[in-house]
Amino acid sequence: MPTDSLFRRVDVDGSRLITVTFDDQPLQVPSGLTVAAALLLAGVRYFRTSPVSGEARAPYCMMGVCFECLVEINGVPSRQSCLIEVADGMRIRSQQGARDLPFTASEPVVMEVQP
Amino acid sequence: MNLEPIDVVVIGAGPAGMAGARTLAELGISVVLLDEQVAAGGQIYRGIASASPARREMLGTDYGDGVPLTDALKGSTVRHETGASVWQVTRERQVHYLKDGRVRSFAAKTVLLATGAMERPFPIPGWTLPGVMTAGAAQILLKTAGIGPQGPVVLAGCGPLLYLLGWQYLRAGIEISALVDTSRREDYWRARGHLLKALRAWPYLRKGISLLRALRKNEVPHYTGAEGLQIEGEAQVQALSFVVDGQQHRLPASTVLLHQGVVPNIQFTQALRAQHRWDDAQLCFVPETDHWGRLDVPFISAAGDGTGIGGAQVAALQGQLAALGLARDLGRITPAQRDSRAAPLRDQLEKNLRIRPFLDALYRPRDENRIPPRDDVTICRCEEVTAGDIRRFVELGCSGPNQAKSFGRCGMGPCQGRMCGLTVTEIIAKTRGLSPDEVGYFRIRPPIKPITLGELASG
Amino acid sequence: MTNTIPTSADVIVVGGGLVGMAVAYGLAKAGTSTLVLDQGDDAFRASRGNFGLVWVQGKGFDRLEYSRWTRLSALAWPGLAEGLLRETDVDVRLKQPGGFHMCFSDNELAERQSRLAGMQAKLGDYPFEMLDQADLNARLPGIGPKVVGASYTPMDGHVNPLKLLRALHAGSRYHGATVLGRMSVERIEFLPGEFAVVTSQRRFTAPRIVLAAGLGNRALAEQVGLHAPVAPNRGQVLVSERVQSFLDYPTINVRQTDEGTVQLGDSMEEVGFNDLTTTDVLAKIAQRGVTTFPLLAGVRLVRAWGALRVMSPDGYPIYQQSDSHPGAFVVTCHSGVTLAAAHATRMAPWIRGGERPEELAVFAGERFLTGEVFSHAH
Repeated sequence: MPTDSLFRRVDVDGSRLITVTFDDQPLQVPSGLTVAAALLLAGVRYFRTSPVSGEARAPYCMMGVCFECLVEINGVPSRQSCLIEVADGMRIRSQQGARDLPFTASEPVVMEVQP
Repeated sequence: MNLEPIDVVVIGAGPAGMAGARTLAELGISVVLLDEQVAAGGQIYRGIASASPARREMLGTDYGDGVPLTDALKGSTVRHETGASVWQVTRERQVHYLKDGRVRSFAAKTVLLATGAMERPFPIPGWTLPGVMTAGAAQILLKTAGIGPQGPVVLAGCGPLLYLLGWQYLRAGIEISALVDTSRREDYWRARGHLLKALRAWPYLRKGISLLRALRKNEVPHYTGAEGLQIEGEAQVQALSFVVDGQQHRLPASTVLLHQGVVPNIQFTQALRAQHRWDDAQLCFVPETDHWGRLDVPFISAAGDGTGIGGAQVAALQGQLAALGLARDLGRITPAQRDSRAAPLRDQLEKNLRIRPFLDALYRPRDENRIPPRDDVTICRCEEVTAGDIRRFVELGCSGPNQAKSFGRCGMGPCQGRMCGLTVTEIIAKTRGLSPDEVGYFRIRPPIKPITLGELASG
Repeated sequence: MTNTIPTSADVIVVGGGLVGMAVAYGLAKAGTSTLVLDQGDDAFRASRGNFGLVWVQGKGFDRLEYSRWTRLSALAWPGLAEGLLRETDVDVRLKQPGGFHMCFSDNELAERQSRLAGMQAKLGDYPFEMLDQADLNARLPGIGPKVVGASYTPMDGHVNPLKLLRALHAGSRYHGATVLGRMSVERIEFLPGEFAVVTSQRRFTAPRIVLAAGLGNRALAEQVGLHAPVAPNRGQVLVSERVQSFLDYPTINVRQTDEGTVQLGDSMEEVGFNDLTTTDVLAKIAQRGVTTFPLLAGVRLVRAWGALRVMSPDGYPIYQQSDSHPGAFVVTCHSGVTLAAAHATRMAPWIRGGERPEELAVFAGERFLTGEVFSHAH
């Protein structure tokens, strides 16, 4: 759940703000960032829990190596959020333990992105 | 499976890959450059194309060095595929990658691997807690997003990148609570033997000194010779504790940035079963190459930090040399043409490599930060295998990393052993009293990058 | 450490894979002083690459002794698993809920039925069911529309094969066996009353030896008057990330492990000593997996591997004591998981000097010296 962010912007470029949701909560984030950077900036402290012990985890390497930043994006689980750019209307969910398969998802998966 | 024929596939658009691809294109050779990022630059020049002049200024002149490289690539005939994740390269030089959710494949006459480096694992108590990141990760956030930490930030470990990040943070107005340096006085003594050679690479040395001077001038608390590093916290980092000269310190922190050097990314060369050797100066495995970067796998070469850490300048030179070697192998230039073009590059390479032995000795990561003495330290972050587990497997007769993998799933998670491979080798080597070369490394298997069953099935 | 390495034992087992370790575990448990010589970390190891099935259905339809031996092992498996758990604290996660063999055409389904019915007629106690698409859907939700039906037998199951390997190592140790790694056997010498097993580092002696060296048995067997013409047969296997539990039963080509990963296999290729993977075969396995369970399409692969099965010319095991070199035994098969319980319980008495288990009479290596042409495609 987003809280006071541990990160801040240190330079302001021309990027505009867009809206994404994280675990159903709307977040305003700058365009052009990776999903991982945007979530950290928005105050998301952990992205997933380990399927082994349930420990909370957050991005560690930011370059696609460590797989700690896995989240569900627009209904697709296990995406590496440090390698994907945020887009307006993106629906992002934290990943709790082992990922769901589509038919065991707790709610219907809607594939299209809101305009 | 539709295989597109091509002369050369270059994998990785960092300095080595960019320079290598461009050299090949200039010789009229058909070349595709595959890279998973949205723009060229690799990790060192990450975000260079989109960074504002102000951000480039903040990051320093070395970062700006990437601009001519990426510009030259744009102006060349190199076909640059962005967002392309290569998941398999075979010894027969089939290159399979994923782009926009589709599998595509090349049948390449030759392949140049320029897959760069990644942060060395830093397995200490608490390193899996949210709020702990690598210094490299923090730098990527600064380069690509212009964001930095707020709240108490501690930088810990050793190596040039740690000081560079500290310096960049100062310029960006980010407050640093402390720099906790694990280098010891004896490291300086050991490095002294290489100093004379290093002095001939004076610009590098001067840069390092000026970074440290800037940190001192800004009164950033700087601890040296720190040992017994331990990150505290329940669900989030709360503090870093450590010992200096027998005295215990505890620094409250909400962000801890760790770094103890970078190591070659050898996933592809290992998966290809190329010959590797342990480099004891750099404490990592490197693929065996000849002086054109050729592996012992026919028509596959490697260049840049993936063959041993040399930095961006060295990588670009190695990329060009490997390109000349492949151009010769393809019969597109004569040996004489290759050698005459290579001669000035080799001179520069030699100059640029002079500082390395000094840096490697000075910033040699401490044993305890690579081979956790405590049994309860997690070494495989994915499968949560501890250092003690590995030692117990050795006691059961487990002779190497692959048996350790079988016994306890170490290295079997999504990161495929990238975050624990070196640690496992070194723990087994130390426990059994063998050299890392004798112990060996994980057998790396495809997919090198994630691919879904559906994507694979459609290939 | 080196000064405590034993150089002799009652029995030396050459090979520390699932076959060798199961035999060694049985021997050590029976009180035999047992020494296992295992190769290094980079050896070809079928034991680290297998699929984890404890599988009975359809096996041995043209060699009923093999069906019986397989069934006997499946029945002995719960005892093995319990013993290992008690002694080593490693739960090998044995589950024997029965297994499904999917069929993708009506022909395949009919052939399957006739094979199993034939076996039932000869073996008697051999329960199985044929399921049509509707039956199968009711039993296995998520099955794809292209699966026309399946056979099911309650005899089948699966384990975690890696935990099994570790448990056999720990269990053998628990019973006093010694396992030495990084020991490549160079030759075997036959001396009056004992064998000398010579490795690059040292020499070990024992009055009895068991060759369980997988593909290495071919060359070793000859040295002690045995015949084990085994050859590599490559299987490629895919394994996914961990997913929520969706499949309670093992099937012949897809199973979910106790950890939540999904394994998909397996192919058969004769490619010599090459355990690399090939993209076309991986794609075919993925296609078959997604056809069986379409919901797997979005699941990410973590690893694909090739492993070399230890295949005899007719695909059946070789169990034999040497006539010319009494005390030398060869044990080799490609179903080290399924047969682990038989190997752990039935082999020790024979190797210790007792009678050969009668069901093993047909599995002597001499059967390959007749000039007959064999096929393991069954």
